[in-house]
Amino acid sequence: MTIALRTLDDGAWISVNDSREVGVSDIWTLPAREFCGCETPHVMLEGFSGVDLRGVDTHVIADAVGMCIDCGTRDGIESLPVGRIVDGEFKRYEPESVQSPSVDAVSSR
Amino acid sequence: MPSDVEEWKDEVYGTDIRDHIERFAENGWESIPDDEKDAWFERFKWYGLYHQRAGQESYFMMRIGPPGGVLEPGQFRRIVEIADEYARGPVSNPEFGNGWLDVTTRQAIQLHWIRIEDVPDIFEALEDVGLSTVQACGDSWRNIVGCPVAGKDKHEHVDAGALAEDLHDTFKRNDAHSNLPRKWKVSVTGCDEGCGQGDINDLAFEPAEKEVDGETVTGYNVRVGGGLARNEPRFAKNIDVFVTPEQAVEVAGGISALFRDHGDRENRYNARMKFLVDEWGPEKVRNVLQEEYIDFELETAGEDLRHSYSYNAGDADGKHDHVGVHEQTDGTNYIGLNVLVGRLGIDDGYEIADAAEEHASGEVRLTQRQNIILTDVPDDEVDALLDNPVFDEYSPDPHPFQRGSIACTGSEFCSLSIVETKNRQVRFSRWLVDNVSLPEGVENFHIHLSGCTASCAQPQIADVSLRGMKTRKDGEPVEALDIGLGGGLGENPQFASWVSDRVPADEVPGAIENLLANFDDARKDGESFREFVAARDDEELAALVEPEETSYEDPFLHNTKRTWYPYAEDDGFDDSPAPARADGTPIPSDD
Ligand code: HEM
Ligand code: SF4
Ligand SMILES: [Zn+2]
Repeated sequence: MTIALRTLDDGAWISVNDSREVGVSDIWTLPAREFCGCETPHVMLEGFSGVDLRGVDTHVIADAVGMCIDCGTRDGIESLPVGRIVDGEFKRYEPESVQSPSVDAVSSR
Repeated sequence: MPSDVEEWKDEVYGTDIRDHIERFAENGWESIPDDEKDAWFERFKWYGLYHQRAGQESYFMMRIGPPGGVLEPGQFRRIVEIADEYARGPVSNPEFGNGWLDVTTRQAIQLHWIRIEDVPDIFEALEDVGLSTVQACGDSWRNIVGCPVAGKDKHEHVDAGALAEDLHDTFKRNDAHSNLPRKWKVSVTGCDEGCGQGDINDLAFEPAEKEVDGETVTGYNVRVGGGLARNEPRFAKNIDVFVTPEQAVEVAGGISALFRDHGDRENRYNARMKFLVDEWGPEKVRNVLQEEYIDFELETAGEDLRHSYSYNAGDADGKHDHVGVHEQTDGTNYIGLNVLVGRLGIDDGYEIADAAEEHASGEVRLTQRQNIILTDVPDDEVDALLDNPVFDEYSPDPHPFQRGSIACTGSEFCSLSIVETKNRQVRFSRWLVDNVSLPEGVENFHIHLSGCTASCAQPQIADVSLRGMKTRKDGEPVEALDIGLGGGLGENPQFASWVSDRVPADEVPGAIENLLANFDDARKDGESFREFVAARDDEELAALVEPEETSYEDPFLHNTKRTWYPYAEDDGFDDSPAPARADGTPIPSDD
């Protein structure tokens, strides 16, 4: 089964199979000190610049621009796991749960 | 690799989209195939239809773009009637009720909660009075903006209204210019006040004079590559070309074709004209235009009128907008009316249409400050017209804080938004009117609020620029605003500098109060706010903005994007009535 993945409306959201699944303006918790100097960076995503599938358990990973709401660092984020495909269905990760580096959030940089 | 959007546009774009809209309307929302939704919604934009944000599926925003913002007699009333019949939401908005239209910063009108099933009837009702939604969104010639009182104004040097219409007639539904790499925004200014806002458009025509074959000719100088979006604001650059009104359409076509052929179709983020101008520089734009697109020899730039531009120029006594009663060249008057954040209720719309027809020509014009103008009011009708109580609210003499307020669509409907905008700006202005006095001699003060960096409310050209962000307050994430200062247009336009980041939204009115008090204390005699800001560095300015809680209360501090509609009583996504059938009944999801 092919999965249609794209960002639309100037990076406002990620579409998975023509359905709006992940939008900007949510605050994502990133691994310690990977994004800014903060212990636990809380990063508001402002726009998505790309989206792709990765790995055997098919994580959906996104490139984005975001800002830490605590220290104000603004930067690009590469390969942020935003969800995964299970039996052809997209399951979105909760932004608040810490994105474990083992799912390749930042190690590929 | 071309983007998906480019592939979709290659398949079906332009006027060919119409038949498909009719087909989907006939068979209902559910007939749009699930795996074609992204493609169709992208294409619908060309016809002025924009799918509303997540949680509001099956509802559309619809934009109607009259060139130069001119609504001929009967057209405004027709739009009000359409809004009355088709633009009502499932729940009401606490400030605006249920049923209104939005006047936009590009002299267009935006309706919300439109159902695809109703679109053919709406198109017919619009076409019946000579209006259309064609190319109001999408990758093409957007609504052509210009002096809102073109043809009526004493300050006019060349008839900007005529050119705006020529451009509209030539480049709407024009196959050669239907599919550009990105949106294409054009402005025509004809007056010595500079109220066309050309500097922030992809292509700007500005009044100029030139000696040609021993004769002084009136026409336009050409600038290209302006725009505000994405933290990359640019003023349009002078490409050293003068055109007569007769040449203007051909040169506009040449530049549009140049953008069509050379703009970046691989990367939408890099596609706007401003980035091509960055890459090439104005000289190369001129050379390529001359060599590849224009058959006659282009004149070099003529003498412009920028030195006299007073519109939004930041002088204490300059012209700032078109609000108020002003004399026209024919001895009658135009009356500029304040529409707070551009939103106008349907019942009020009928009242205004009646008044314009009874006391004047019935023509209504839209301004880039989200206001309206009634033209052709004879001297002896002015008082009678303004006697109508509707003009207490839509006032020709509003308080400066309301007169200066602009706000974009924001999280009510827009997918890009980070914060709530229009209701918040109404509340800000109300609080400021009640609690803050303006320093001596300051009669105009522009506060523009945009929900994200796309900058639809043009925050960078305001005295106080507000832009949606988030921050943490008392341990919780809250909606916040970046604060910028000192932007404006005029001979030497200036973008605001962003001096204070991430101010919790409930502390912004206090910040503005303190800023104005500090300005009043420290300013030199008669110094305007813009001059005051220009004379100081960002650090100094940041110290003058002192965010503070006040009696102002902000009901939208929580994440309004995590609601299906920020003002619904049950606002969770699970409570959303969308997607819905044409009659409003929710469509159950398959899973
Ligand atoms: C659902 C999404 C959007 C909504 C509801 C929206 C709404 C608006 C409105 C109401 C206007 C003025 C109206 C007009 O053009 O006639 C406008 C203008 C504008 N839009 Fe948007 N917009 C959206 C997306 C975008 C995007 C994706 C960008 C670009 C990155 C953008 C950038 C702008 C800018 C810069 C202006 C105003 C400045 C100018 O005059 O050029 N907007 N938008
Ligand atoms: S500025 Fe951002 S939030 Fe406001 S209407 Fe434009 S895209 Fe939407
Ligand atoms: Zn941080």
